[in-house]
Amino acid sequence: MSEVLLRGGRVLDPASGVDGVRDVHVADGQIVAVGQDLPVGGDVEVVDCDGLWVAPGFVDVHTHLREPGFEDAEDITTGSMAGAAGGYTALCAMANTDPVCDSAAVAEMVWRRGREVALVDVFPVGSITKDMAGEELTEFGELNRSAAQVDFFSDDGKPVASSLVMRRALQYARAFDAVICNHSEDPDLTVDAQMNEGAVSSVLGLPGWPREAEEVMIARDLILAEGAGARLHVPHVTTKGGVELLRLAKSRGIRVTAEVTPHHLSITDDAVASYDPVLKVNPPVRLQEDVDALRAALADGTIDCVGTDHAPHPPELKDQEWEHAPCGMLGLETAIAVVLTDLVHPGLLDPLTAIARFTTGPASVRDVGAHGGPIAPGEAANLTVLDPARTWTVDGAALHSRARNSPFHGRELTGRPVHTLLRGRFTLRDGQVRASEEVPA
Amino acid sequence: MSRLFDADDVARMLRRLAHEVIEANHGAQNLVVLGIQTRGVPLAERLAALIEDIEGVPVPHGALDTTLFRDDLDVKGPRSIGETRVPVDVDGRTVVLVDDVLYTGRTIRAALDAVSELGRPARIRLVVLVDRGHRELPIRADHVGKNLPTAYGDHIKVLVAEVDGEDGVVAEPEGAA
Amino acid sequence: MRHLISMEDLTRDEVVRILDVAEQLLPIALRERRSVPTLRGKAVCNLFLEDSTRTRLSFDLAAKRMSAEVLNFSAKGSSVSKGESFKDTALTLNAMGVDCVVVRSHSAGAPVQLASYLDVPILNAGDGWHQHPTQALLDVFTMRRHLGDLEGRTVVIVGDILHSRVARSEVQALKLLGAEVVLVAPPTLLPPAVEGWGVRIASDLDAVLPEVDVVYLLRVQRERMRGAFFPSSREYARIWGMDERRLGLVKPDALVMHPGPMNRGVEITADVADAHQQVITEQVTNGIAVRMACLYLLLAGEGPALAGDDTEEAA
Repeated sequence: MSEVLLRGGRVLDPASGVDGVRDVHVADGQIVAVGQDLPVGGDVEVVDCDGLWVAPGFVDVHTHLREPGFEDAEDITTGSMAGAAGGYTALCAMANTDPVCDSAAVAEMVWRRGREVALVDVFPVGSITKDMAGEELTEFGELNRSAAQVDFFSDDGKPVASSLVMRRALQYARAFDAVICNHSEDPDLTVDAQMNEGAVSSVLGLPGWPREAEEVMIARDLILAEGAGARLHVPHVTTKGGVELLRLAKSRGIRVTAEVTPHHLSITDDAVASYDPVLKVNPPVRLQEDVDALRAALADGTIDCVGTDHAPHPPELKDQEWEHAPCGMLGLETAIAVVLTDLVHPGLLDPLTAIARFTTGPASVRDVGAHGGPIAPGEAANLTVLDPARTWTVDGAALHSRARNSPFHGRELTGRPVHTLLRGRFTLRDGQVRASEEVPA
Repeated sequence: MSRLFDADDVARMLRRLAHEVIEANHGAQNLVVLGIQTRGVPLAERLAALIEDIEGVPVPHGALDTTLFRDDLDVKGPRSIGETRVPVDVDGRTVVLVDDVLYTGRTIRAALDAVSELGRPARIRLVVLVDRGHRELPIRADHVGKNLPTAYGDHIKVLVAEVDGEDGVVAEPEGAA
Repeated sequence: MRHLISMEDLTRDEVVRILDVAEQLLPIALRERRSVPTLRGKAVCNLFLEDSTRTRLSFDLAAKRMSAEVLNFSAKGSSVSKGESFKDTALTLNAMGVDCVVVRSHSAGAPVQLASYLDVPILNAGDGWHQHPTQALLDVFTMRRHLGDLEGRTVVIVGDILHSRVARSEVQALKLLGAEVVLVAPPTLLPPAVEGWGVRIASDLDAVLPEVDVVYLLRVQRERMRGAFFPSSREYARIWGMDERRLGLVKPDALVMHPGPMNRGVEITADVADAHQQVITEQVTNGIAVRMACLYLLLAGEGPALAGDDTEEAA
């Protein structure tokens, strides 16, 4: 395999705390040297990174790759391409496929397809309950001991409504030190809910999704996790109250991690006045005060990571009346750009912390192997090179996803991945996704 | 803007027109005088009063709005609709339509349709204060105050005290409207 | 006026203009004068994606009295049930060359979406809980005919505000015309953040009734009781229903109105309903006149909307 020298980029490596201009020398899939003015050997390809940021490859703990079952929206190939284009080297594929990822067979298939496509490493998420029905626990042990080594379970898309089932799941997960991630929504409070409940829903006449529905569930899960001594991950936090619950829980030593999506960091519910179903998402976009609380929580570490909740849907399903359209938005290819544009460039978040929320943060949620850094000799060369100043306009249809339901369509963002390397191989080179030799994309 | 006729001229025209209408109708019986919105309405009211004075019989009068019958709504856009007020059944009567200016004839075409929707009069006569030519339809007035041939597009405006605060006829060259 | 989707899109002058035009069209709606040829050659599509015979008939008559062609397109439920997206349905109408779409939908916002797919005027005939602008216009038209200018008048709207598209449009229409609006409802049936609507919220109907010029009663839907928004229709009738005793509290010339159909014995007793049947019947004919006015203003050309007749030279 050829050798690559990333020359003169600003290395942002949260794992080691490095923030400075360095060369990074990659050979045989590994980082072999990091330093200033590294010597260049004969057959080393030099990639000029002057003005660019060099970071560990990004990790998304919350991706819907839709395969198996919903390949009209996305599959592991197109989702992996979107991931590579977004600077990701590791994606955690949610379990709400058809069939649901509640068996080793499905988990191994997803994991293996990821390896075959070879643009990102795909880490399957197992469901908490069989068929995500909220009743019987999935065989955590079978999934954990499969080739996919699943240590993260979620019925995401649906909450585990029963407190008893949730308690058992948390207790049982301790046998594998696995993480339980519950979609925080009290379903009784969200019957027919369409958008954030508040002044905007009131005028638009759309049934409200009250913040209480989310906060009641987060509170319940935190209490249950504390009692069980288990690991809990709270996905897509959207409310100020949810942030306060997490802050309290962390101060009490509860084993909890949390994520926020790029859209909840950026979009408020007044955008729904267009009734454009692309903006329909669960949990819904909320108020500016929530956005502000989420940004502060991401900065201070109350929220550990940015998770995209990348949720592709085919256009024919989104071209329905709002109430009939499914929930979900694309996220992989715009995530870092949104965080740079709305948080880093305005000075709300420093670059090293921002990168941490895409690397060490998600890597602390579950075991994602050699992803998340550090950028150091001997480590796998999973790297992302970003142009923080590159301004571009999002075109939903031009994204690599099979679907095009990007809420940022038409928006101008600043910052974009230029190169992504998975174990030393370019999966994104000069903004172009590069399929592996085995599988033409 | 130049003034062509003053209030006295207008009053004289109306008196003559009243006599003409009576003469053509052999009296004032069975008439209904309908003014076309907007300036035709006060003119019709005055004409009816003059006929009543001369003949000593009551002459019913009212207002007709032609907006809903126009053929240029696509071009000109929607406009407000004036009142249509017809005090008697028009069936079998002589309807005297009154308007201030006769020009392309399109308003009168619409007015004829509007009257037809009201019923079936014995006959319809047209009285205008000013006829300025340039007809686009085969329509003519039965009784005319003044013929004022003008350049196409020139603006002739009849002023009516009830609407404009004074009576008179003024001319404005093209583009000055 | 490009579309009529929400009362929020209208100015006070536009509302007054619609009401003034409707006033002139009322004799035609009442069959005192024959229909007019104004919209001859125009095709109006009634796209009714939710059952509503009354509203559809009203729009149907309004269009026909103005000589428009009427296409009725009814489909219950979502177009997705037929495997066709809502957008496909819209594009089909475009291909048929309709000049205006009157849309009724269970889905809030469907007319807004339709307006983004089509180039023709969209007239909202009710969408989910969102808006029902022609109902509000016919109501303020009816109020204006009885009370004159609504500036400074007080209207109390009673009942299920939360699920009511009529209430949303009504509040906005009344506020545009300078009326004060009071809402009285069980707290479970008040919309979230209703304080932001610029209305007064009152809890005691009896205390409000003596000062109001109009009592506007909303329909209480039976399924709301199953949702436990209130315990029983009996209790609702006792606390929020209009009965003979409460009728005695209002001014003698106050109007009692209801968008229909009424639940006699719940929001209104049979006696009160019968005593005020005349206004409720008027609302039906007024509805035709107001819808004629809306169709006229939306469909009669693309030209500048003129303030009056005087700018047009008599020809």
